[in-house]
Amino acid sequence: MTEIFGVPVAVILGQLMLGLVNGAFYAMLSLGLAVIFGLMGVVNFAHGAFYALGSFAALLGLQFLGVNYWMGLVLAPLAVGLLGIAVERLLLRHLYKINALYGLLLTFGVALIVEGCLQEFFGSSGQSYPVPAQLAGAVNLGFMILPKYRAWVIVASITVCFSTWFLIERTRLGATLRAARENGPLLQAFGVNVPLLMTLTYGGGIALAALAGVLAAPVILVTPQMGSSLVTVVFAVVVIGGMGSILGAIVSGLGLGVIEGFTKVIYPEASNIVVYVIMALVLILRPAGLFGKD
Amino acid sequence: MNISKTALGVAMLCATMAGPQAVLAADSDVVIGDIDDLSGTYADVMGAGGQESIKMAIADFGGTVLGRKISLLVTDHQNKPDIGASKFREWADQNGLDMLIGGSNSGVNIAMAKVAAAKKIPLIVIGAAGSSLTNEDCTAYTVHYVYDTTSLANGTAATMVKNGGKTWFYLTADYAFGTQLQNAASKVVEANGGKNIGAVRVPLGASDFSSFLLQAQGSGANVLGLANAGGDFSNSLKSAIEFGITKTMKPAALLAFINNIHSLGLETAQGLYLTTGWYWDLNDKTRAFAKRYFAKMNAEPSMDQAGAYSATMTYLNAVKAAGTTDSDKVMAELKKAKINDMFATGGYIRADGVMVHDMYVMQVKTPQESKYPWDYYKVVKIMNGEEAFGPITGLCAIAPK
Repeated sequence: MTEIFGVPVAVILGQLMLGLVNGAFYAMLSLGLAVIFGLMGVVNFAHGAFYALGSFAALLGLQFLGVNYWMGLVLAPLAVGLLGIAVERLLLRHLYKINALYGLLLTFGVALIVEGCLQEFFGSSGQSYPVPAQLAGAVNLGFMILPKYRAWVIVASITVCFSTWFLIERTRLGATLRAARENGPLLQAFGVNVPLLMTLTYGGGIALAALAGVLAAPVILVTPQMGSSLVTVVFAVVVIGGMGSILGAIVSGLGLGVIEGFTKVIYPEASNIVVYVIMALVLILRPAGLFGKD
Repeated sequence: MNISKTALGVAMLCATMAGPQAVLAADSDVVIGDIDDLSGTYADVMGAGGQESIKMAIADFGGTVLGRKISLLVTDHQNKPDIGASKFREWADQNGLDMLIGGSNSGVNIAMAKVAAAKKIPLIVIGAAGSSLTNEDCTAYTVHYVYDTTSLANGTAATMVKNGGKTWFYLTADYAFGTQLQNAASKVVEANGGKNIGAVRVPLGASDFSSFLLQAQGSGANVLGLANAGGDFSNSLKSAIEFGITKTMKPAALLAFINNIHSLGLETAQGLYLTTGWYWDLNDKTRAFAKRYFAKMNAEPSMDQAGAYSATMTYLNAVKAAGTTDSDKVMAELKKAKINDMFATGGYIRADGVMVHDMYVMQVKTPQESKYPWDYYKVVKIMNGEEAFGPITGLCAIAPK
C-alpha cells in the first residue's frame, strides 16, 4: 500500500473525510457567528446554546409531536430563530449604542440560562436521536466505510454555507444588510427599516446555529453541554478566518476540521488544542485573520 | 472602553459563573460536605441525585447525631481540581467541616485527598474511579467507597478475555482516570492470556470520536476497550456502531453507569459487558431504596447515588459509635465497621481505605429481554470483594502488604 510519511494513503483519505464532516459543523456554526458579527457587530456567545436548543427542539418534536427529521430540519431552526428574534428585540437591541463587550456579556448570560434550563429539564446524560431511515447504513468508499448520514452532513452544510454567502455577498438584500452595517443612519434616511434588518439578521444567524444542531443530533448524544464545548473552538475558527468574513468562516471551518482530523492520527493528545495554536500563529502573522480586511 | 467598565464586565462574568452557594452551618452542627460535578458531563451520575441521597440518609438517621444537628454543604467543582481543593480547605477552615463526600472526577479527588491529609478530615470518595486514591495518593483519612479502576478491570476485562476477547485496543480519556483504568485493564488482559495491541489517548470531552475509532479498527484488535466515562463513553459507543466497527470489535465498557445506558437506549447498548458496584434491581432492599429515590428524582439511582446514601449512614454510625467527631477516632471506627445495608453485604473498609464489597459483572439486556422501565442489566457474575479489589498492593505507605 502507498504511504505518505509512514501513514497509508487509505488512512489519510479516511481522516480527510472525517475532518470534512467535523469541519462542516465548524463552518456552519462559525458562519452564523460571522454573519452576526459582520452585520451587527455583536459577539454572540449564546451561539453554542442555540445550537444545543436546535438539537433539543428536533428531539422534542420527534418525541412529542411526531415531527420527523426532515420536518425538523425546517421547523426547529424556525422555532429557535424566533426565540433568537425575541432575545434581540427584548434585550440585545438596547446595547447597540454602547461597547460591544456588553453584547458579549449579555449573550454569555443567555447561554448560561439556556444551558441551565436544559440541564434542569433533561439532565446531563443526554438523549439519543435516531438516524433517519433514509440515511441509515453506510457506503464503502474503498478506503473507508462512510456512514451515509455523515456524507449527507457534508453536502447539506456546504450547500447552506454557500447559499448564505451568495445571499449576503451577491444579492440586493445582502447589499442592503452590509450597507446597514457601514452606515445605518444614512440607510434609514433612505427609508430602509434598519432595526428590522438587525432583528432578522440575528434571527437568521441563530437559525443557522439551530440547523447545525439538528444536523448534529443523530451523530452525537444530545446534551445541554454539546454547544459549550464547541463554541470556543468555533470562535477560534472565526478569528482565524477573520472576524466577520463570511467566506473566511466557511473556508477556515472546513480547513481546520481537516487539520484537526490529521492531528488526531499524528498526535491525538494535541487534537483539542491544535486549533488554538493555529489561532495564535494567525494572530501573530496576520492579526486581521486569513480573510479579514485590515 | 475605560478600565472600570471592563472590570464591571469581568465581575459580572464571575458572578454568573459562581456555583451554588453553601448554606452557613452553626458551630455546633456536625457538618458533612459534598463536592461534586453538578453541572458538567458527570452531573447525572451523582450530582443532584447524590445530594438527595445524602439528604435521605441524614433524614433516615434522624437529623441529629450525638445530640447535634447534622448539616450539609454542597458545591460544584466544575471538574477543576483547584476549585475542589480550595473549597474543601475553605470549609475546613471556616465552616467546621467534619467529613467530605467526594463526587465524580479522579483528578479533583486526588487534589482533595491532599487537603484531607493536611486538614485531617475524612474524605469518602464516591464517584471517582482512580485506584491511586488508595495506593500512591492514599491518606489515613481517605475511604474509597463504591468502585475503583482495579475492580472495574477485574470484572469487565477478565470476563471479556474469558469469552474470547483476546486482543485489545483502548480509547482512553486523557487524564488520571483514563490512564489508570487502561493500565488496570491491560494488566488483567495480560494476566488472563490476552494481548494489548495499542491505545489512543483522547482529550476529555472531544466532540467527535470517529477518527480515533478508525485507528482502533485499523489495529486489528478484537476488543474495543472504552477507558472513558460519561458523555465520552456514550458518544464513542454511538459512533462505533454508526461506523460498523462493532461488527469486527466487541466494545468493552470499562466504566458505564445506568444513566449512560438509559440515554443510549437498549437498541444501541445491548450485549455490552460492564462492571457495577450496585444495581437498583438486585433484591428487595435495593428495590425499596430505588422506589423512594425514584419518587424524588424520577430516575433510578446509579451505583454512586446509592453509595452516597450508604457512605453517609456508615459515617454517621461511626460517629455515634466513637461518641465524637474527632477524625482519628471516627476513622478507627470506620475501619472496624461491618457494612450491611441495601448497598453492601459484609462490606468493610481495609487499611488502605478501600471499602471491600461485592461487585457485579453485568450484561446489558436486549430490547426484547427488558420487561419494564429501567430493566437494563442481567447479572453475569458476582465477584466477592477480595476477588474484585485484589490484595493490598503495598503502594500505600500506611497499609503494608
